[in-house]
Amino acid sequence: MTDTRVDPAEGFSVESLAANPRQARKERLIRDSLGATALVSVLISGLIIWSLFSEAWTFMVEVDWGAVWDIGWFPRRGIYDIKTLIVASLIITGIAMIVAGPLGLGAAIYLSEYARPGVRRTLKPILEILAGIPSVVLGFFALEWIAPNVVKTLFGGPAAGSLLAAGIGVGVLVVPLVASISEDAMKAVPMSLREASSGLGARKITTTVRVVLPAAVSGLMAAFIVAISRALGETMVVFMAGGAAQTAVYTHDPLDGSLTMTAGMTSLARGTDSVVGEGLTFQSLFFVGLVLFVVTFGLNLVADRFVHRVREQY
Amino acid sequence: MAKARLIGDRTSKVMVQAMERRATDVRGRVFQITLLTTLLISLFILGVLIVDVVVDSWGVLTGRPGGFLAGTMRSLSDDPKLGVHQALVGTFWIAVFVAVLAFPIGIGAAIWLEEYALKNRFTRFIELNIRNLAGVPSIVYGLLGLFLFVKSLGDLTGGKSIAAAGITLAILVLPIVIITAQEAIRAVPQGLKEGAYGVGATKWTMIRSQVLPYAAPGIFTGTLLSMSRGIGEAAPLLLVGAVTGRLGSNPSFFDLSAINAEAFMAMPVIIVEWVQNSGRDPGFAEAAAAAIVVLLVFVILMNAAAIFLRNHFEKKRG
Repeated sequence: MTDTRVDPAEGFSVESLAANPRQARKERLIRDSLGATALVSVLISGLIIWSLFSEAWTFMVEVDWGAVWDIGWFPRRGIYDIKTLIVASLIITGIAMIVAGPLGLGAAIYLSEYARPGVRRTLKPILEILAGIPSVVLGFFALEWIAPNVVKTLFGGPAAGSLLAAGIGVGVLVVPLVASISEDAMKAVPMSLREASSGLGARKITTTVRVVLPAAVSGLMAAFIVAISRALGETMVVFMAGGAAQTAVYTHDPLDGSLTMTAGMTSLARGTDSVVGEGLTFQSLFFVGLVLFVVTFGLNLVADRFVHRVREQY
Repeated sequence: MAKARLIGDRTSKVMVQAMERRATDVRGRVFQITLLTTLLISLFILGVLIVDVVVDSWGVLTGRPGGFLAGTMRSLSDDPKLGVHQALVGTFWIAVFVAVLAFPIGIGAAIWLEEYALKNRFTRFIELNIRNLAGVPSIVYGLLGLFLFVKSLGDLTGGKSIAAAGITLAILVLPIVIITAQEAIRAVPQGLKEGAYGVGATKWTMIRSQVLPYAAPGIFTGTLLSMSRGIGEAAPLLLVGAVTGRLGSNPSFFDLSAINAEAFMAMPVIIVEWVQNSGRDPGFAEAAAAAIVVLLVFVILMNAAAIFLRNHFEKKRG
């Protein structure tokens, strides 16, 4: 710092305010390297899109499209019926949302509107622990506990894996996600709205249902969309508890086993040491991945819009 | 006059009715109890899950805990040398990759976005891009790893190696590191920054001496959360090619040659492997449960530490 000090005898000038050139170079270098780290994220997006498209393109050009709309998913025999995978993915997502929608939203309303601070301080961290449970653990739980105890006892399904067991497992997995985004949305509703409602004589339930929920609706939409996107992309629970390995015949019965887009990819990539089979087996992985990517990407963009609307409103 | 009297009468009647009404609001009570129930169901499921896993694994964990941690993958579940050592080594190296790659890049990007970036379209594009990356399904990162690090750059990473898996998972958690670090940096009071400028600090000196120390707990919380996400993630590893069946070698923890050897195992993958083996040999379900307990100990400890840290500093800074 000594060299930037001004000698009083020489008086002040504009130059004496200028930074030491060495220091200025160092500052620029730091700024540029930090900027470069931020660009890494753009590079990653580019690489994802490039890797998906380059292989999926080969698939789309060379595949016999009759094989993409057939009786089931038998990639090693050249039958790539994507309808089977998409329907299974939708069933899983539907079941997951039936489980996670009410549970997550209820928990969020309770934590945001009803829970006293002390109760909230104990219950919320537990919910956050649930959010951190790895999906392989829920896969194990879905197969070993949900399938025999819930699917078999309540629905008369198989005690082994099924779409229903996996769907419930995915639902449990996304409950904390729904709860935390919904709670944030309700917390963002200004206190004055609640006070005005109470001041007009509304009860707590009326305030919550007629004032807070409508005011938070954008955020709640975002919560559900993010959860749907997450459920579509969830892999391990479905792979372990979905009740099908390697191949699947088309089904829309939740009590059957089937493969979702994610589980289909995983079992294909895992089956043998490297992906072998018909000529396009390897490329079919990327084709399914591209479909999944496009769908979840779209959903995330829409959810992002909703979140922004919440921020702009209040 | 008569009309005013009439209104006054009706108003007072309503008021009296309102005040005499029974104090308990039945509908409201039912609503509140329903809400509490939904929350308790989620917590109950968490409890059942933990009890189920612990009960299933009891035999292994109490019978031969040391042997299980030191053992390797075997083809039979009653093999006394069955254990998770190879998987622990793999997960250890994946954690190293995440810490070395994702943490510095993620924190650097967060500093740039919060302190340097102009508020223009380009910055908004980068931020949107990061939020979208955070929502990309983990299996898609697996496809990226398979295409880029296994096929295209296979000579560098050794193909289906721990290096390929580690880099893939570092990329997977990068957006989480960035977003949590950004939140922590954004919370630094403007006054601290201006104070530093006021005594003549350069931008970087200001960041190093004011912003980073203040944001450190928040950044650390984020790294803990992303690390626990990273070591629990299985899907990308299956695509990048964690081996099935038996692993030839059993390297020690700090054996560097294992990094790009053409075979690796990791904790979440060994769980999947054993759950699938339990179809032909039911004893493997017990081993899978034991491996889950080992994984959960790490994951829950990291999460709990992160949650505790965050709550502690939130309270302290009001």
